[in-house]
Parts: sequence; structure tokens; C-alpha cells
Amino acid sequence: MSTPKRIFVKGNEAISRGALAAGMKCFFGYPITPQNDIPEFLSQALPDAGGQFVQAESEVAAANMLLGAAGCGIRAMTSSSSPGMSLKQEAISYMAGSELPGVLVNVSRGGPGLGDIGPSQGDYFQSVKGGGHGDYKLLVLAPGTVQEAYDLTIKAFDLAFKYRNPVLVLADAIIGQMKEPVVPWVPENLDPDEGQDWGLQGATNRGPRLLKSLFLDDGALAGQNQKLQAKYQAMQAEVDQELFLTEDAELIVVAFGSIGRIVKSTIRKLRAQGHKVGLVRPITLFPFPSEVLLNLAKEGKRFLTIEHNMGQMVEDVRLSIRTVADSAFHGQLPGNLPTPDDFEEPILKALEG
Amino acid sequence: MTQEIRVTNYPEVLTDRASHYCPGCHHGTAHRLVAEAITDLGLVDKTILVGSIGCSVFIYNYLSLDAIESPHGRAPAVATGVKRARPDKIVFTYQGDGDLASIGMAEIMHCANRGENITTIFVNNTVYGMTGGQMAPTTLVGQKTTTCPGGRCRENEGMPIRMTEIIASLGGVAFAERVAVNNIKNIKKARKAVTKAFEYQTKEVGFSFVEVLATCPTNWRMTPLQANKRIETEMIPYFPLGNFKDVLAKEEK
Ligand SMILES: Cc1ncc(C[n+]2csc(CCOP(=O)(O)OP(=O)(O)O)c2C)c(N)n1
Ligand code: SF4
Repeated sequence: MSTPKRIFVKGNEAISRGALAAGMKCFFGYPITPQNDIPEFLSQALPDAGGQFVQAESEVAAANMLLGAAGCGIRAMTSSSSPGMSLKQEAISYMAGSELPGVLVNVSRGGPGLGDIGPSQGDYFQSVKGGGHGDYKLLVLAPGTVQEAYDLTIKAFDLAFKYRNPVLVLADAIIGQMKEPVVPWVPENLDPDEGQDWGLQGATNRGPRLLKSLFLDDGALAGQNQKLQAKYQAMQAEVDQELFLTEDAELIVVAFGSIGRIVKSTIRKLRAQGHKVGLVRPITLFPFPSEVLLNLAKEGKRFLTIEHNMGQMVEDVRLSIRTVADSAFHGQLPGNLPTPDDFEEPILKALEG
Repeated sequence: MTQEIRVTNYPEVLTDRASHYCPGCHHGTAHRLVAEAITDLGLVDKTILVGSIGCSVFIYNYLSLDAIESPHGRAPAVATGVKRARPDKIVFTYQGDGDLASIGMAEIMHCANRGENITTIFVNNTVYGMTGGQMAPTTLVGQKTTTCPGGRCRENEGMPIRMTEIIASLGGVAFAERVAVNNIKNIKKARKAVTKAFEYQTKEVGFSFVEVLATCPTNWRMTPLQANKRIETEMIPYFPLGNFKDVLAKEEK
């Protein structure tokens, strides 16, 4: 591990540096705010590190370039923001179907449509429920700090190869544009043979390899879907979440990403006033920490879900705890940057029950 | 009793299996030209095929190469990713006219313009074959299809797109030629062009492109012989054969 030295960087730069530390070889981008720092940083840093940077003609092309590079069994990534992510969905579905390990970053913004360039969590459904066609899942990681943006980008590559599946890092304009200290680190023992046993490299001294998502033979598509579903089941082992003061809490607030971190500040303040509030911040949005929530529900705790949208993750929270409890909801409209104060009233209201 | 006699040998990379193409379809001939070029140039071990959408979606069944499928029209972008990940390999796309000249227009133009060291084999049969004979960007004026039953009309649908001419105009392109495979003479020329396209990739001089004028007897509602004839009488007059760009030939002069 390299000597830990703190750097002070934006979330977008942390994501870029994390990808470099993870051994990324190819990056494909297209400009869209608020993620432009990523392609801008990597257009210089990646070639310097011996990799390939391509500014694609569109998000459609960028995602398909990722598909091709990932098919070669190397570490590759693309990044974008909400409208661009919509365009990438076609390739993402093909990657899931062909079992290709690409990493995608969404520094999400307000929508629908052109929306605005401010933060929003309106892409939760698109991220965890599909987005493209077909019955597939992405591993979805949601950083709540700039350090986590760095760490989770590295993790995204590991998971992509572990499961041969696309992995999405879902950040937002707050994480992307915020500067914080980061302690960079480089993963040890990156497997030099990673992807070598299935990636495209020319059929040297062996039979040809084929990466595809078309299965027309009798029962073949059913078989492939069965295999994929088993893989999504196995991904449950990757569930990750932050628990903050949950043990003695009467009310559990569930919030992810930048909102999770803002809510944490609100909870600190309310705790100082003697209110028994805790936080569950899902770090993996798929797989979702359902069991953790259910166990807390069984302890008799009440729930409030807070999101920077009008109610998306709350559906997964409710599904998780539905046999014993329900969750209240507070939605923050897009177009503004919420502060810890904004969440005080909704939390106090939920505490009153 | 009939006896099957094989009159020529298969190039190494062509698999020995019956094809799914309709009788008289030129996809098979085009496959063979690609297989011969790759074999002749000794590239079998290092070539990666990027398939596309259309009747040729199963091309990987006929060429024993490392291969990947791409979404409709996106093969040039997928190939770009493959080539950037493996710059030392030979990468090619094989695309129909609906795939390349309609939905994938942006991807092919930018891939060519970047001068990616990639080869594209573009099979132009003036129709969407796989989906049942709808109008393509290359459908000739007056040609009847299931979505222009009265014949393509210039006022409503515009003129058929001449891709090789457009591709040849782009800076990153090293080689662009239009060929046909409707008779022995043209097949020989086509073979040379396809081989050159792959050879140029080995020389890393830029993007290489071969448009193959091809039949679709099924959707043209013709016999294979009639279809072959149509190439001569209707297609070649609008889509002239020949080389439109050859950067190395220029250098030689
Ligand atoms: C996004 C998308 N749109 C439409 C289709 C349906 N589709 C399959 S093949 C095809 C046309 C292919 O025509 P062409 O490229 O001319 O090839 P040919 O079949 O003639 O060889 C279409 C539109 C698809 N598979 N994906
Ligand atoms: S439909 Fe046309 S292009 Fe497709 S296999 Fe038949 S003849 Fe060939």
C-alpha cells in the first residue's frame, strides 16, 4: 500500500483517481454537467498512466465502447449524468446479458428531461430497477463522502470482475462537486490474469470465445436468465450500509448518498437535544440492506425515509420491513441544495409519530 | 444417386456448417471473402469480430474467431472499445445497411473519422432483411418494400445514401471501396478489396471500409438469378463500384 497522504479534491476527481488506482485501462466519456471533471481529469491522467481515453460522439457510443473494452477482460469505465445515463441503458442491458464487467458512474442531476444541473436522487429507480430492457440487475454503490467516492470506485472494479456484471457508482452533484480530504490508497495484488480466461484476445491456440446476449435455442434464454438470477442472488453477500446511532434509536431514518450524510448532521444535532434518532445509510442500493432494516423493525423501531426525490427508495424500505412495520417519507424536491436544518422538522414530526 | 463434390477447400477460419441464409443470399459469399482475407494474411489468431444486428447476427457461427455481439448500429463503437483495449489485435465489424446507414450512422461516421484502425465490411442489400423487408436508407428510388409499398419516393423518403462516398471523405479513413459479388470477375475484385482493407489495418494507417453490394432474393421477391441480375442493372448504376480512397496508393504515386 502506498504511503497515506491526504489530498483535498472534488468528488469527481476522487472517482477519477480511484479508477486509476484500481488499474483502469480505458475510459470513454461525453461531456455533461456535473461530471465533466471526470473526463477532463482522465483525458490527461489516463494516457499518462498508459491507458486509453476516448471522448465518444455520444453517451450511446461511450457505453458501447465500454461494452467492447469490457469484453476484452480489461478494467474500463464510463461516466455521465442523468440524461446521459438514459442513453447508456441500451448498452448496459447488453452488458448484463453478455455478462461483461464494466464500471459506470452517474453523477446524477435533477430531472426528468433536461431538468437542471443541481443534485437529485431521481435516478434511483433507473439505477436499481433496470433502466434498460430485460430482467437484469446492476450492483449499485452510493458514496456519501468524497473518500467513499474514491473507495467505492475501486470496489466497483473488483465487484464487476467478481460477478462479471456491470457496476454502477451512483453519486450526485453534491458528491461530485464537493471538496473534501481524501486518503488515497492503491489496492494490493491486482490480479494480472483477471479476465484472461474469458476475455477477447484473438483465438490463439484455443477455440474461439464468444460474448453474446442472444439465446435462441430451445431453453437457452431461460438457462441464461436462470444463471443471471443466481448471480444476483449471490450478490446479496455484498450488502453494505452505515449504521449511525441505531442501537437505542426509536426512529430510524433511512437515507442514502449525500442526503444520508446531511441527515447524519441533523441527527447529531437532534441527539444533542436528547432525541433518540438513528440513521441507516444504504451503501449498496442493489443489493439492498433489507435484512438489516427488517431486524431493526423487529426491535420495534419506527422508520422515516428521506430522499432527494418524491419517493423511490422508500418503496424498497417498505418492502424490507413490510411484515412488521411501515416507513414514513419525506421527499426533498430537486432544484436546491438541502441543509441539515431542512430535515429537522420532518424528523421531529416522525418522532412524534 | 446424387453425390456431393467439394470443388474448393474452405479457408481455415470458415466453419464447416450449413448456413442459415436464404438461397442466393450474398451474406455467405461476403463471409467467405472475409474468411479468406484473414486466413491469407495469417491473422486468424489475432482477429476479433464485432457482430451486428440483422441477418448476419450469427456470423460468429461461420467464422471461428473471438467475437462479441453489439446492439443495433453500435458495432463501430464496440469495435472502438475492443481496439482501444487490445491495440495489437485485428478488429472488424460486419454490418448491414439498416444497421450501419440508419440507426448506426453516428457510430460509423465517428469511428471512421477518428481513424480507428478497424475494418468495416458493409453489406448493402438495399433492404432490412431480417425484419422482413422494410425500407432501408439505401433502398433505391422506386424500389418497393413493406414500408414503402408504392416504391421509395424521393419527395417523401429522400435519396438512397451512398455510404462509401461519404466515408471516403472523412479524414481518418485509409481505404474505402465499393464492390459487388454478383459474378466471378466482381468477386475477384471484391476479394482483393477485402484483403487490402485488412492489410491496411495491419499497417495501422487508419480506418478501412468495404461496401459489398449484395442480394436479398427473399425480400426482393426474386429468384437468386434475378437478384444477381438486379445488382448489375439497378444497383451498380446508382452505387458505382470502385475505390474511393486509398491512402497508400496515393503515397506510392
Ligand atoms: C434497437 C433495435 N431496433 C430494431 C431492431 C430490429 N432489427 C433487427 S435486424 C434489423 C434490420 C437489419 O437490417 P440490415 O442491417 O440491413 O441487415 P440485413 O438483415 O439486411 O442483413 C432491425 C431493424 C433491433 N434488433 N434493435
Ligand atoms: S432475408 Fe435477405 S439478407 Fe436475410 S438471409 Fe435472406 S436473402 Fe439474405
